[in-house]
Amino acid sequence: MGLLIAQLLTGLANAAALFLVASGLSLIFGVTRIVNFAHGSFYMLGAYIGLTLMNILPGHVGFWGSILLAGIAVGLIGVVVEILVLRPIYRAPELFQLVATFGVILVIQDLTLMTWGAEDQLGPRAPGLRGVIRILGEPVPLYDLALIGITPFVLFGLWWLITKTRLGVLVRAATQDREMVGALGVNQSWLFTGVFFLGSALAGLGGAIQLPKGGADLLMDFNIIAAVFVVVVIGGMGSLPGAFIASVLISVLNVFGVAYLPSSTLVLMFVVMAIVLTVRPFGLLGREEVAGEHGQVGEPERPIRPFGLTGRLIFGAIVLALALLPLYGSPFAQVLITDIVIFCLFAASLQFILASGGLVSFGHAMFFGGGAYVSALAVTYADTPMELAFLLAPLGAGLIAILVGWFCIRLSGVYFAMLTLAFSQLIWSLVFQWGEVTGGDDGLVNIWPAAWLSDTTAYYLFTLLVGLGGIVFLRHVIHSPFGYALRATRDSARQAEATGIDVRRVQWVAFAFAGMMAGLAGGLFVFSKGSIFPNELEIAKSFDALIVVFLGGVKTLSGAVVGGAFFESVKDWLTRLEYWRLVLGLVIIGVVIVAPEGIVGTARRVGERLGLVKEGEGTR
Amino acid sequence: MSVILKVEHLAKSFGGVKAVTDVSFEVRAGELKALIGPNGAGKSTCFNMLMGQLKPSSGRVSLDGQDITGHSPRDVWRRGVGRTFQITGTYQSMTVAENVQMALISHHRKIYSFLPRAHRMYREEALALLALVGMADQANRACAILAYGDLKRLELAIALAHEPRLLLMDEPTAGMAPRERISLMQLTADIVAERGISVLFTEHDMDVVFAHSHHIMVLNRGELIADGTAAQVRANARVQEVYLGGGTLFSPEDAHG
Repeated sequence: MGLLIAQLLTGLANAAALFLVASGLSLIFGVTRIVNFAHGSFYMLGAYIGLTLMNILPGHVGFWGSILLAGIAVGLIGVVVEILVLRPIYRAPELFQLVATFGVILVIQDLTLMTWGAEDQLGPRAPGLRGVIRILGEPVPLYDLALIGITPFVLFGLWWLITKTRLGVLVRAATQDREMVGALGVNQSWLFTGVFFLGSALAGLGGAIQLPKGGADLLMDFNIIAAVFVVVVIGGMGSLPGAFIASVLISVLNVFGVAYLPSSTLVLMFVVMAIVLTVRPFGLLGREEVAGEHGQVGEPERPIRPFGLTGRLIFGAIVLALALLPLYGSPFAQVLITDIVIFCLFAASLQFILASGGLVSFGHAMFFGGGAYVSALAVTYADTPMELAFLLAPLGAGLIAILVGWFCIRLSGVYFAMLTLAFSQLIWSLVFQWGEVTGGDDGLVNIWPAAWLSDTTAYYLFTLLVGLGGIVFLRHVIHSPFGYALRATRDSARQAEATGIDVRRVQWVAFAFAGMMAGLAGGLFVFSKGSIFPNELEIAKSFDALIVVFLGGVKTLSGAVVGGAFFESVKDWLTRLEYWRLVLGLVIIGVVIVAPEGIVGTARRVGERLGLVKEGEGTR
Repeated sequence: MSVILKVEHLAKSFGGVKAVTDVSFEVRAGELKALIGPNGAGKSTCFNMLMGQLKPSSGRVSLDGQDITGHSPRDVWRRGVGRTFQITGTYQSMTVAENVQMALISHHRKIYSFLPRAHRMYREEALALLALVGMADQANRACAILAYGDLKRLELAIALAHEPRLLLMDEPTAGMAPRERISLMQLTADIVAERGISVLFTEHDMDVVFAHSHHIMVLNRGELIADGTAAQVRANARVQEVYLGGGTLFSPEDAHG
C-alpha cells in the first residue's frame, strides 16, 4: 500500500514538468497553428540555463529564482526564433513550418553542445528540500511533494491568464479565428510573438524545474518531445485541462510501468494513446476541429507528365553508367552508391504519400527500420534463407503500415503528423526495450546476404536492380489510376467522395503501399550492412527522409531522388565537421525561407527563366 | 412520368436550430425542377441531405423506390446521381481532360489499379464529354488556370461522366456573368433533355429559374411553401409574401423571442 502511494506521488511529481512543456506547445499551436517541433529544445535549454544560474545564485532565492529566470531567458530565445525563423513563413504550408522548426532543433543542439559540452550534468538538489519523508514507511522526496503542490497553481495560473485577462481573451479569440482577430485591429505579429514567449517560457520552466530529479543532457529534447506529443494528442490539442490530465496519466503510468513492467515502460504510453484515440479520435477533452486538412503542400501543383523521350534517355544513360560502375569504379564507390540508392528509395516512398497524397508522415522510419528488423528477426530466429527473409521486409513493413494507418488516416493535418511520429516511437521503444528478442541497443548482427550476393559487386547490382526498380515503380504508380485517385483526394476530398472515391480507403492503401516500399529499402539496407540497430527507427531517421524530400522539392516527382542523392553524398563530408548539425540546421532554415521549391523546383524555375525549359510544362 | 427521387418528411436540426422541417417532394423522370428560397431557407442543407453529405435528423429519401437515406455521397453517386457544387471542387493539379477521366476511372471501378497509365484511360470518352459542354479546345490546359465559367462547364462534364439519371446542381450559375448564366443553363437544359436526365437545382437568379425549370419549389425557413409550375408559383400568396414583403420572413413571435 505504502509503495503504491509512493509511486503515485512520484508519478504526480513527474507530471509537473511534462505538463509545463505540453501546455506551452498546446498554447503556441492554438494561436499560431504551428506545431513547434523545437519545443523539446526549449525544454533542454531551460534545464541548461537553469543549471548555470543555480551554480551562480545561492540559497532558496537563488534556486527558485534561477528556475524563473531560466523560463524568462528561454521565453526570450523563443521570441528570437519566432521573429527570425517563423515570421517569414506563417503563410507557408504546414510542412515547411515543421521542417523549419526541425532546423531550429539542430541549431539548438549544436549551440548547446558548444556552450555546455557533451557530458550529462547532474542537477543540484533544492535547498531545504533535500530530504525525504516517510509515508506509510516508504521514502518520498520532499522535492516531489513540492512539485505536486506547485502544479495545480500553474494550472490555475494559466487558467486564470486564459479566461480572465485581456491577453487570454485575445488568445482564445485567435485560437478560434485568427483572421477575425486581425480584422478587429489586434496586431497579430505581436500577439503571436507574445504567445511564443509564453509557450517557450513554459517549456523552459519545465526544463529547469525538473533539474533536481533529472539533470540535463543533450538527448532531452527528443526524449521529451515524443512524450509531449502523446500528452497533447491524448489530452486533446489546445485543451489545458486535457494536457493536465494526460500528463498525470502518462507520468503515473510510467512510474508504475517501471515498477511492474520494466521492459515496457516506453511502450505503455503509446498503447494508452492508441486506446484513447480509438475511442476518442480528438483526445480526451479535444474537440473536432480543423487542424489543417490533408491537403496541398504549397502552391497548386502543375499537372504531371511521364518522362518524355529525352527524360528516358537521360535516365537510361544514368542507369547504364551505374550498372557499369564495377568496371571502372572502386568498391568504395559501389558501397557509397548502394547507400545512396537505398536512401533514395526510402525518400521516394515518403514523397509518394507526402506529395501525391498530402499525408505528411513524421514517422516514416518505422517502416524502413521495421522492414529491416522483420528480415533480421527472421534470419536470427528462424534461419530463414536470405531470399525469403528479404521478401519479408516489405511485407512486414506493409503490415505495420496497415495497422498504423488504421489509426492515423482518420486524423488530418498536424494530428496525423504527430500520430505517425508517436507510432514510430512506439515501434522504436518496442525494439529498444525488448532486448531479449531484438537485441535492444546492441541490435541484431550477422544478417548477411546469400552466397550468390555476398560479393560487394553482386550486392551492388542487386541493390541497383531492386532499388531503382522500386523508384521507377513508385513513379509509375503516381501516373496510374491509383496515383491519380490519391491526388484527387488531396486536391478536393469533397469532389472525390462525390464521384465515388472512398477517400479514407485510398489514403490508407497509399499509406500501406508507401510503408511497403520503405520496408523494401529497409530490406536492402539490413543485408548490405549485415546488421541493424534501433537508430534506424529513430525520429532523426524519419526527419532525414523529410528533409531530403523537402530539399529536393516537394512539388516535383524527382525531388526525393535528387535530394536523396545529394544528401547522402554530402553527409559523409558533412558529418566530419564538428558542428555539422548547426550547418545543416541553418541550411534547412535558409532553404525554407529562400528557396522553398527545393533543388528540382528551383532548377526548373531557373531553367524557365533562361529559356531552357518551356514554361508551363508538366512536372517531372 | 415515373418518380425518380422521392423525399418524405425530411428534417434536419443543428443543435436546437431547425434548418429544415418536414420537407416532402418528388422529382419525376426528365423533369427540370428548381428549389428556390431566400438566404438561409435551408436549400443547401436539403441538398446535402439528398446527396449524403449530411445525415437527416428524420425523414426518408428514396431513389427509384430504394431507400438511400443517410447513404454516403459516393454510394449515392454510384446509384446514378451526379452533383455539382456551389463552390467548384475540381482537381487543381490535373488537366481539364484528366478531371473528367478521373470520374470515368472511378465509374469503371479502376481506382485501385496500379499498372495502366491514367492519362490515356477513357480519353476519348472524356473528350466527347468536354465537346458536349464546349470545352474540347481546353482539354489539355491545367485546371488551376481556368476561368470561372469554364470551371462550371467542366464540373458539368464531370457530373455527366457516369451517365447519371438525376443531377443535383447547387447554384449552378452562382458567380457568373448574366449572359454566361443563361447560356450555361440553356446548355444544361439541352443536354438533359436529350439524355432524359432529371435535374434538381437551387438558384438565386430568378431569370434562370423561370426560364428553364418545369417545376419550382419554394423553401422558406426550412419549410416548403410552394411546389408547382412557374405560373402557379407566381400566383402563390405565400410566395409573394416571402419575396415581396408582408413581414413573414421573421414573424412577430420570432422578434420577441
